[in-house]
Amino acid sequence: MVDSKQQWKAWLYLAPAIVLLLVFTVWPIINTVRMAFLENYSGLKAAGGATFQFGLGNFEKVIGYRRFVSCLKNTVLLCLLTVPISTILALLIAVALNSIKVCQKALQTIFFLPYVTNSIAIGMVFAAMFNIVGSFYGTQNEIIVTAGIINNVIQFFGGEPINWINYGSTYEANMLVMTVYIVWNALPFKILVLLGGLQSINKQYYDAAKVDGTSRRRIFTRITVPLLSPMIAYVVITGFIGGFKEYTSIVGIFGEKMGPPDDAGRLNTMVGFIYDALSTNSQGRASAAALILFGIILVVTMINMQVSKKRVHY
Amino acid sequence: MKIVLENLTKIFPSRDKKAGKEVVAVNNFNFTIPDGKLIGLLGPSGCGKSTTLYMISGLQKPTGGKIFFGEDDVTELSTENRGIGLVFQNYALYPHLTVKQNILFPLQNLKGADKMSKEAMLERAYEAARLVQIEELMDRKPSELSGGQQQRVAIARALVKMPRVLLLDEPLSNLDARLRLQTREEIRRIQKETGITTVFVTHDQEEAMSISDMIVVMKLGVVQQIGQPQDVYDSPANLFVAKFLGTPPINVFSGRVKGEKLFIGEEAVLDVKGVKDQDVTVGVRPEGFVPDENGPLHTIPSNVEVMGRDVSVVSTHEASLNPQVRSIINSDHKVDVSAGVVRWTLKPHKVFLFNKDTEERILPEEA
Repeated sequence: MVDSKQQWKAWLYLAPAIVLLLVFTVWPIINTVRMAFLENYSGLKAAGGATFQFGLGNFEKVIGYRRFVSCLKNTVLLCLLTVPISTILALLIAVALNSIKVCQKALQTIFFLPYVTNSIAIGMVFAAMFNIVGSFYGTQNEIIVTAGIINNVIQFFGGEPINWINYGSTYEANMLVMTVYIVWNALPFKILVLLGGLQSINKQYYDAAKVDGTSRRRIFTRITVPLLSPMIAYVVITGFIGGFKEYTSIVGIFGEKMGPPDDAGRLNTMVGFIYDALSTNSQGRASAAALILFGIILVVTMINMQVSKKRVHY
Repeated sequence: MKIVLENLTKIFPSRDKKAGKEVVAVNNFNFTIPDGKLIGLLGPSGCGKSTTLYMISGLQKPTGGKIFFGEDDVTELSTENRGIGLVFQNYALYPHLTVKQNILFPLQNLKGADKMSKEAMLERAYEAARLVQIEELMDRKPSELSGGQQQRVAIARALVKMPRVLLLDEPLSNLDARLRLQTREEIRRIQKETGITTVFVTHDQEEAMSISDMIVVMKLGVVQQIGQPQDVYDSPANLFVAKFLGTPPINVFSGRVKGEKLFIGEEAVLDVKGVKDQDVTVGVRPEGFVPDENGPLHTIPSNVEVMGRDVSVVSTHEASLNPQVRSIINSDHKVDVSAGVVRWTLKPHKVFLFNKDTEERILPEEA
């Protein structure tokens, strides 16, 4: 223990960080909880001297919104689609990267590049790829000129172009684009973590497996995956947490309208819903939605931890 | 199953293409390992003993030469088709599997005609576990086992598929001294019970000598001597082998032979019939000294270590090439350190002469 006379020094050194954390992290959290339970709380009215009663009105209102249900559905659906797909893909790519010898470092760098690229920029590129017309938003009467690479490829193989994200596109097509984009965006970090895990596995396990004549498939399922399970669990848990906070990727593809031009807000997510509430000065409702999101992430993470307790070895 | 190594050579290419030299890890190794014997590959680190083992296992490909198991040429055969069991230095037990699953693992890999029923596999696994006496540990994870127990599991895993050859890489190096003693006898027992031709690698000469039927002493990729442990100890082929075997190590003096007498310093200590006059390096085993008031060799004692049964006298001599001369004598002999000098006679069969430059053994020419 530090000498009690010396303790004030320790507090002094910690003070800058503590002050910043108190002001910008701890107080906002407390304030969010407070605002969520104040009926019809609005920052503007509060500044005007209005007082609010405690109650569950914000939660009732939030849950009652049709938009909230669709936001929740979009968020959960995107999570359930992208986390498993990206994890499995990342695992396969990491194993492949780990087993090649030529150009390993160069390929690692290439696979990591999306991670250091701005996700809005990536979104715009993806939007351009999936576009069917020259312009971004498009209207009902616009002449269809296939400009998107994806549709060009489909046509090259004799298929019909699909309206992915433009005026009149279907919800399924929109979700498919979002899934492809989010998976692609999530891959680099997962590959990096899993590759690091792979490289720390003792090579002797593989020698031992070789001596015993283990097939490649069995080596993968019985040795590599179990030994990598702590990293896989980490990637899945952080993947779900990130997935529930999905927002920028939608903006990246669809812009601030959060949906195709004829159905704005169709792809809005939980975080998007919170932003919308804030922009209409309904801090109470925004706080309530934030608390609901927090609760969902907490429950999902706890389930994840329980599963990994059984599945993650040593 | 006898193993024949024919001109076995392994060259590792240099890492640095410009400057580095390639490393000859094993150089032209010829040896026939007799069927059902326990062979110790012995040498300091970097002598190529592990490389030799891994070439026998098939995990490393030889640069040149051939390997036969019995009459079959297995040089080009892949590891899994050689029918070997390999125990790794740190055991390489799969940490996420229980002991039972670890032992079952090689059996579950069998395909086609060799495929076994679940019951048959379990029976074999328990049989192997019984052999190494770990039946009561079958449901534990490797992390819940002591080093010695892990070692046994590794041996059981190697034995369960009934290999033609058992290979052990430094099997005792991760165990503490007491366990090492126990385990090496265990390995000997298991080898005798199964009769599997076994090769093991060690840098510990005591370990190799105590359990091997034959030892192979290696240095820098070159085999120095092959023989039964006692023969190699009693008749080392060169100074390296003499120095490497024996604890405490052999005492080395610079001396010369003149008129069929061996001189250490100015004293003629031994008659050496049939040896030409020349400067020599003399090796004297610690147990080769007999205290004798009229003995020809004298050393200046610094202290006496009592070890119960024996007494170890540490002294110095100007012609000694080691900083100290260590002699082990029966504790019945009394040595008076305060006298400032001890006189010795030497047991002729514990004294070896080596060429001063080549360090090869000089044997008396038959008259």
